Amino acid sequence: MAATRTDSRSLELIGFALIALLIMVVLPLMLDIFRLNLVGKYLTYAFVAVGLVLCWGHTGILSLGQGVFFGLGGYCMAAFLKLEASSVENTRIQSTPGIPDFMDWNQLTELPFFWVPFKSLPFALIAVVAVPAIAAFILGAAMFKRRVGGVYFAIITQALASVLTILIIGRQGYTGGINGITDLRTLLGWDIRTDNAKYILYFVCCFLLLGIMLLARFVLASKLGRILVATRDQEDRVRFSGYDVANFKIFVFCLASAMAAIGGAMFALQVGFMSPSFVGIVPSIEMVIFCAVGGRHSLVGAVVGTLVVNWGKTLFSESFPELWLFAMGGLFIAVVLAFPRGLAGLVTDQLIPRLPHWRGWTHRQPSPAPAE
Amino acid sequence: MFGEYSLGELGSILVMQGFAGLILFSVFLLMALGLAIIFGQMGVINMAHGEFMILGAYMTYLCSHLFEAYLPSLYGGYFFAAMIIAFLAAGALGLLVEWALVRRLYARPLDTLLATWGLSLIMQQAFRSTFGAREVGVELPQWMMGSLNVTGSIEVQINGLFVMGLTLLITAAVAVLLFKSKWGLQVRAVVANRTMSGAVGIDTRRIDRLTFGLGCGIAGVAGSAFTMIGSTGPTAGQLYIVDTFLVVVFGGAQSLLGTVASALSISQSQSALEFFLTGSMAKVLTLLMVIGLLMLRPQGLFVLKVRR
Repeated sequence: MAATRTDSRSLELIGFALIALLIMVVLPLMLDIFRLNLVGKYLTYAFVAVGLVLCWGHTGILSLGQGVFFGLGGYCMAAFLKLEASSVENTRIQSTPGIPDFMDWNQLTELPFFWVPFKSLPFALIAVVAVPAIAAFILGAAMFKRRVGGVYFAIITQALASVLTILIIGRQGYTGGINGITDLRTLLGWDIRTDNAKYILYFVCCFLLLGIMLLARFVLASKLGRILVATRDQEDRVRFSGYDVANFKIFVFCLASAMAAIGGAMFALQVGFMSPSFVGIVPSIEMVIFCAVGGRHSLVGAVVGTLVVNWGKTLFSESFPELWLFAMGGLFIAVVLAFPRGLAGLVTDQLIPRLPHWRGWTHRQPSPAPAE
Repeated sequence: MFGEYSLGELGSILVMQGFAGLILFSVFLLMALGLAIIFGQMGVINMAHGEFMILGAYMTYLCSHLFEAYLPSLYGGYFFAAMIIAFLAAGALGLLVEWALVRRLYARPLDTLLATWGLSLIMQQAFRSTFGAREVGVELPQWMMGSLNVTGSIEVQINGLFVMGLTLLITAAVAVLLFKSKWGLQVRAVVANRTMSGAVGIDTRRIDRLTFGLGCGIAGVAGSAFTMIGSTGPTAGQLYIVDTFLVVVFGGAQSLLGTVASALSISQSQSALEFFLTGSMAKVLTLLMVIGLLMLRPQGLFVLKVRR
């Protein structure tokens, strides 16, 4: 089976190169900055999808609460940006200048203590990854050590997504409520709303995404990755072989959450606001479908799936808004029933075997190269 | 915070709040019953459960209009006809869904979850296209309006009482079905050991389908009862789905008694907390408590020994 393994490995590399080419060269050349910014927004969801490939596709932990971690990361970033935007000069007209506008509207007269550290960028950047990772660790440790898994875990993470949304909406003075944290302007004095800044942020987002895909690839290719897959397929056997399954699950869940959080932070930077509508049950489960459409086992597939579904969503909701939910629902059902391995599965199972050139080219190395 | 109230008033508040909790309990229990049957028996998560409920609610809405237009003399009793229609409609759709979708996915519970979520999106949009995006309410018949004055300061709404009575009735009916009928015996056998049940000649596929249909039908009745105390919109089902799942999981998936107990404890603690805190904080605290308790006791309150 050595040949198939090199096959899939080279296939993955090619996919990786193609996706890099697509997001770094083709799309920036093709699209105007408004559309490119939209793509950048979609790519932030791809961070979540890549995390889901790790924890759902390869370890079998379905989390319906990835929006929680996306949101926590986004809110940590937005908190810093908001504080910078709410300097005393900018907020002169408020009854308490120097605090974010929504706090002033809610009759708060000083910054709540947990907002204070977000005045420092290094703290905010660490918090972007650390807060969600710690949250995931606590949840994961509590659940996996008690051997709660499968459907129960999915339901509990979903409940958590609902809890966080209610909390954010209910504590308006501290969180900005249902509108979220809006009107983010500058990052250390650098205006993030200009076209120039949007281009730069887009490329930062691409680099981070590719970096995270490489990290995920590294994890999956390592011995650790093997144990994860074994856990998914035969958890008890792995346990009986002497591995502490819970620790592996906690690790991968934390990793996936940190990835989602980085996506959230890039979202806040690129889109210029953060709101609870990216935290709750619906966005969380949509992120799962991005991953499922692309192929839950494939890193490249997850990114492609995210782009395709979001592209479809934008197209549909621009022209036929009432059809969008039908299409989305149908997509959920079709993916699960007809092609559970997603787009990536279609490529590897259907397309590649039908390309005789391709096969010959990888198997017999010094072969006449294809004409093109 | 109790300074402003006299002792008598405080007692009345307690009773009223308890009553509000009981109505919430009825709602939770009605929703959770159908889900508990489906989840307990087949391990299938039906994310579209809320939408089956809303289907029942819309059926009731339709019925009330039909009765108003064609049978005004019988208007007082339209609700009973509506419940039957809601049960049949939701049940029939449930059977169809089981046949088309769920039965192909028994081996993959997480995928069922995604597929039924897709179904719920489709149903939502179908409701929106058919009945409009705005919330609709039904007009209560005369005898269901108003409230009973128990004492000077305590009054209970008749429609709330009616819903509570209905809940008791349906729960009792489900209990009788499960523990006294032949079907119930077969269901319990399949829950306990699917392979052996198949070996002794129980058609497990048929049982699965009937169970799924029955669970959805009960959701329809729940939706029908729901119109008595609130209005219905296309996305109303989603609001309750998390609570319902927590009720079922917290109670212990295979146990009817567990579902009742967990619905009672969750609803009472939520409505009690609502008095001290804002509604949203009460909900957050209740959900967090349930999640915390589930960490301590992952199998839920009541555990049934089953062989997987």
